[in-house]
Amino acid sequence: MQASGAQLLTTLLERQAIDIIAGIPGGANLPLYDALRASRIRHVLARHEQGAGFIAQGIARASGRPAVCFGTSGPGATNLLTAIADAKLDSIPLVAITGQVPRAMIGTDAFQEIDTYGLTVPITKHNYLVRSAMELLEVIPDAFRVAASGRPGPVVVDVPKDVQNETVEFDALPAPGQADPPPRFHADDVARVAALINAAQRPLFLIGAGVVVANASAVLRRLAETASIPVAATLLGLGVMPAAHPLLLGMVGMHAARYTNLVLEECDLLVALGIRFDDRATGKAAAFCPQAKIVHVDIDASELGKIKQPFVGIEADVGDILRALEPRVVATPRCEWIRRVGQLRAAHPLATPGDADPLQPYGIIRHAAALLGDDVIVSSDVGQHQMWVAQAFPFTWPRQWLTSGGLGTMGFGLPAAIGAALAHPAKTVVCFTGDGSLLMNVQELATAAEEDVNIKVILLNNGHLGLVRQQQQLFYGGRFHASRFQTEPDFAAIARGFNVAAHDLGAADDPLATLAGALCTRGPCLINVPIAADANVYPMVPPGAANRDMIDLPPPPSLPRRGQGEVALSARE
Amino acid sequence: MQPTLSESTATVRTAALLRLLVRNHPGVMSHICGLFARRAFNVEGIVCLPVGDATRSVILLVVKEDERLEQLIRQLRKLEDVLDVRRAPEAQAAFAAVARWMD
Repeated sequence: MQASGAQLLTTLLERQAIDIIAGIPGGANLPLYDALRASRIRHVLARHEQGAGFIAQGIARASGRPAVCFGTSGPGATNLLTAIADAKLDSIPLVAITGQVPRAMIGTDAFQEIDTYGLTVPITKHNYLVRSAMELLEVIPDAFRVAASGRPGPVVVDVPKDVQNETVEFDALPAPGQADPPPRFHADDVARVAALINAAQRPLFLIGAGVVVANASAVLRRLAETASIPVAATLLGLGVMPAAHPLLLGMVGMHAARYTNLVLEECDLLVALGIRFDDRATGKAAAFCPQAKIVHVDIDASELGKIKQPFVGIEADVGDILRALEPRVVATPRCEWIRRVGQLRAAHPLATPGDADPLQPYGIIRHAAALLGDDVIVSSDVGQHQMWVAQAFPFTWPRQWLTSGGLGTMGFGLPAAIGAALAHPAKTVVCFTGDGSLLMNVQELATAAEEDVNIKVILLNNGHLGLVRQQQQLFYGGRFHASRFQTEPDFAAIARGFNVAAHDLGAADDPLATLAGALCTRGPCLINVPIAADANVYPMVPPGAANRDMIDLPPPPSLPRRGQGEVALSARE
Repeated sequence: MQPTLSESTATVRTAALLRLLVRNHPGVMSHICGLFARRAFNVEGIVCLPVGDATRSVILLVVKEDERLEQLIRQLRKLEDVLDVRRAPEAQAAFAAVARWMD
């Protein structure tokens, strides 16, 4: 067989069952785009490479399969970096394919030359600089194998332009790259964990993204129900158990409901599944789950003992371990512990003030959730709105919730929603965003209009970098600086300028009716929801503090607003 | 119980010698050195030569023995181009031989 490097690469992507690629063409990847013209792969033209990277991430997060983005050399590659780094921290299988200047010009500071390989070493699982078209036969399947194996992650393949143009002859196409089988584990370890669970008085499951990747939500739920074990989730573990499940305690950590963190204080066995003990989840790590023996199951051996030394650590697929545990764990009602958890939940519930009012944070989230039902995908940006959604949206299934957890990238929400909508065209995708975040990738409204994706951008607009403002209020003596936007853009006009329908709930006679109409009309739209600038996310664990030291919502009466949290914090120090 | 990264400050004890078997191609060294550098972990000595048919290399490293080293070894094992990592105290002889050329 004979083909150009670009044709070969395109064929190999087709054989990986890639049907959508998000990207932007430029000088150094034009041969690839020429080959893509003749392919059945659909190309989605983003308006910024970071948008392309997050569109691909949205596809990967929503589908669970590797997704691909294209960028050219130089600025194309540097613009992709944030989306690649984001995929690294959240373990998302992303394959970024970049054009590079011709081999003979590498190292000469050629036009749009940058060391993409060097730049992406610390933010990828693995990366390649392809040195001949023949190498593509190995590199492309290997890139997909690496991206999907074990703990998934991003891979960069940098392809010089002359390699794309090089004619190559080969005998046969390689098999598509697939995930390696998960690591083997010892039955002895499973028996030890089962014995610990059976002996525990107050066990708790703490679940993270690893449970989502392992498709283990059904077995987790069975095991939790059989052994009456409450379940808390990290930000990325939301949706694994339905929010209404009586054993689910919601999100743990910095913005958890107080009862959730208090249950973790009291548990005597923490079974940590597919989590990495992120500091936003643990608070001060040394004070995390002070009474508990820790069992840690993760497919990445380097996570075991990285932050908390486990009593038993198992390098394995979470689903494999849960299935192996199932026949060994004794069914028990664990009445005393379940009663205690119920007491804590009743005494320290999540406060969601204003949840009847569609012009308040919890209200817009609750109303949107009620109108949209279960069959909706939710993306968010980063900030206060993200935490309100994590606290209050009733997630019911894994991969329903797409959010930038580890890197915390403002600008994630809109392009990720576009990607999710491309992967699931029959579903509605709602993107909760803030006025700070939306502007960081607002250009992708053009992509949304062009692709006519069924996304609803709900903008919680407080005219501020709200979480920055909140921290300045609570921890910097109310000395606000650079957190308020001096000018307020007309977001509805901006959306209409991109040919995206727009609604302003603040100006609507009947905000609920306007919201319902917008959510039920197919196609992209933006819904501007003005909210109060001083609405904060509570509770809050101050950065670096233990999870037990949470600041609560200050009481509403005429007490001075400013400085409340400071008093509460300094009183504890 | 072993102290962990976040629970203790690393304390230097003595030198550790590591032997890595890696794929021999440009870039593998930057993966390995980058992993140490971005954790502010100094590599005191490196010896690297191709082995066998030169598709693979052996890298000998001298690093400081501290509590973070086990985590670094686990991170090294995650690198795609690193095929094997082990402690190799016997490699001291290699560095002694090289030391003669460093004056």
